[in-house]
Amino acid sequence: MTTARIRARRLAPLIAGVGATALLLTACSGDSGGETAAPTDFTYLSFAENTSIQDTLTSLSTGSCSAENEALPLDITTQPQASYDQQLQLLAGQNALPVLFASGNSPQVAKDLNDGGKLVDVDAALEELDQSNAIIPAARSTIEALYGGDVYVLPTEFNVEGIWYNKQLFAENGIEEPTTWDELTDAAAKLSAAGVTAFSADGQDGWPLTRLVGNYLFRTIGPDALQKVIDGEASLTDPEYVEAAAAVADLGKEGYFGPSVGSIDYMTAVNQFLTGEAGMFYMGSWILANFNDPEQNKIGAENIGFMPFPHVEGGEGSRDQLAANVGVPLALSEASYGGDVSAWLGCFAENFGSTSLGEQGVITGFAVNEPVEDLPPLTQAVQEKIDATTQSVLWFEALFNAKAATTSQTNASQLVTGAISPEEFMEMVQADLE
Amino acid sequence: MNRVLGDPRAILILLGPALLVYTLVMLVPIFWSLGYTVFEGNPITGFEFVGIDNFVELFNDPKIADALVFTLKYAVVLTVAQVGFGYLLALIYVFWLRKASSLIRTLAFFPVVLPTVAVALLFQELFKIAPVNGLVNDLLNLVGIPSVDWFASPDTAFLVLILMDLWRSMGFYAVLLYAGLVDIPDDLFESARLDGASGWRLVRHIVIPLSLPVLLSSIIFSVNGTLKVFDSVLALTGGGPGNTTTPLTLYMYQTSFTYGEYGYGSSIALLLTIICLLVTIFIFRSSRRDLTKG
Repeated sequence: MTTARIRARRLAPLIAGVGATALLLTACSGDSGGETAAPTDFTYLSFAENTSIQDTLTSLSTGSCSAENEALPLDITTQPQASYDQQLQLLAGQNALPVLFASGNSPQVAKDLNDGGKLVDVDAALEELDQSNAIIPAARSTIEALYGGDVYVLPTEFNVEGIWYNKQLFAENGIEEPTTWDELTDAAAKLSAAGVTAFSADGQDGWPLTRLVGNYLFRTIGPDALQKVIDGEASLTDPEYVEAAAAVADLGKEGYFGPSVGSIDYMTAVNQFLTGEAGMFYMGSWILANFNDPEQNKIGAENIGFMPFPHVEGGEGSRDQLAANVGVPLALSEASYGGDVSAWLGCFAENFGSTSLGEQGVITGFAVNEPVEDLPPLTQAVQEKIDATTQSVLWFEALFNAKAATTSQTNASQLVTGAISPEEFMEMVQADLE
Repeated sequence: MNRVLGDPRAILILLGPALLVYTLVMLVPIFWSLGYTVFEGNPITGFEFVGIDNFVELFNDPKIADALVFTLKYAVVLTVAQVGFGYLLALIYVFWLRKASSLIRTLAFFPVVLPTVAVALLFQELFKIAPVNGLVNDLLNLVGIPSVDWFASPDTAFLVLILMDLWRSMGFYAVLLYAGLVDIPDDLFESARLDGASGWRLVRHIVIPLSLPVLLSSIIFSVNGTLKVFDSVLALTGGGPGNTTTPLTLYMYQTSFTYGEYGYGSSIALLLTIICLLVTIFIFRSSRRDLTKG
């Protein structure tokens, strides 16, 4: 017998042992528990790309919340958005979640964490702190719709979505603000005929296109259109659902998104609108930061109008139901929640809204405790729209799992270029929902 | 010395540390991942034993079929192209450029040392259409052909991907094969020439048979490398449009880390491992017969 074979024979049990241990470890790793000691810092894990929350928190720590910061100093770490969910999975698996953290790339991440009992019940915590009114009603209703009726996240942004339009181009082509889908397509046709791209859209990321599909569904079937799909009462492949995809595909077929929409990225889409190459632009109100920057905005903020997604004739939904989202909400770790953290939360809830609006120009889901002056007129107008909104709707992928959301967004540009049919598109997304 | 090496304890002491490190960094994760295939979940939701469900899904998931077809298509096309062009370059080095080939060799090898992501960005710029045309579309316009949206259709996206990887790896295979070609003794060529062989017949009867071992290694290298392609696809097309340029590796990554299905992701990894193993065995088997007697 050669030495190699002797060695192989000796190794066999070792390898088998390693394999068996691995299996055991795998089986156990799911519920590795353990108590975390009280935190020594107010740790916050942020998306590396989002600086406004970090800046607002830093400002709070030296201003309104300096006493809380004394007791529990703020400590910010960042993680790029693309690998953020993995990082959160790792930390959750090790029971090492930071005190405060961005709740991940999709609402599903926070839902999973909450199901695992890892998140603070923000609603109860705020009530205990006598801050029940800190979250404004519109933001609360959006959170409840997103997370199945519970409030366990902090709305550090509150955005409404709709169609921004170039007033000057509308006037030159004799277009009134469209209130119905037919008027919208007429407007697009007029712009197109005048040699202007009707809609500027980021087809590379896909979501600005699927947002249109979602809004169309909310207008035709009503605000619960997608909840019905999640509950299994309806399917995306039903004719009334496919109709929405077909309506958006038709816009593409007419060339209203311009040539090569699939190769347009976010900033290119923004630039197309802000340089007057495109007449309309579906986007959320976070875009105000770009609109209010004269460096980027060549058409002038006074030339930009905002309209809700139009009514669809014969539909159940209404134009008053603005699409809204809470950006990337923050969540608190249950394991490290206690006296000092709750003091921080109280101060956060009280002051975040006005500090963020005043210093960053970002509208949040928190009540503004001190009036902010000198707001840009466009921001003011949007703020008024938000205050007047009583019912909001979500977006197409809001209630989807990560797989269906990815399928929807990566195939959106193919839907509008006609590479896949509306039926195929809806079938693919529905398949991943099951 | 022989007595020392004959002692099992000595062998254990000498091999032990290396074996331990290898076990920790290679074998444990492999078996760990193997263990995951019968579970489903992720560290947030916890893991649940699901038996063979993941394997059943593997056979029923249309995206697996799409990814598998794309992976194989990519592996075959790119292997043929990069080994073929690499061999051609090597022949040029040896028979045409001879001693002067070092500059060309360096230039052709240069893309190999560039980071994949940088190369992908370069190719995105070259082939882009919005907001302004890239160099390729500009050239097309110059000869009267309208701009092409290269990344909008599966076929053109695949073409750009192959072109990019060919440019990136051709030089590597050329150097590898060159090393095999310079090993062929000169006197063999001399005697072949005396026997009247030249050009194609020289290549067919002397060069190819004698460089076959290194050619075969190149093919195994290439097939295994291309079956596991990940970075260039992720950086260039991101698997799109839709999922038409998504190989198994990218689908595995998305499944595990974006969709949070570690178990199913590990099952895809297992599938990929088996495919690589089968392909390697197949190529080794077919090379076992002595081709010089063929």
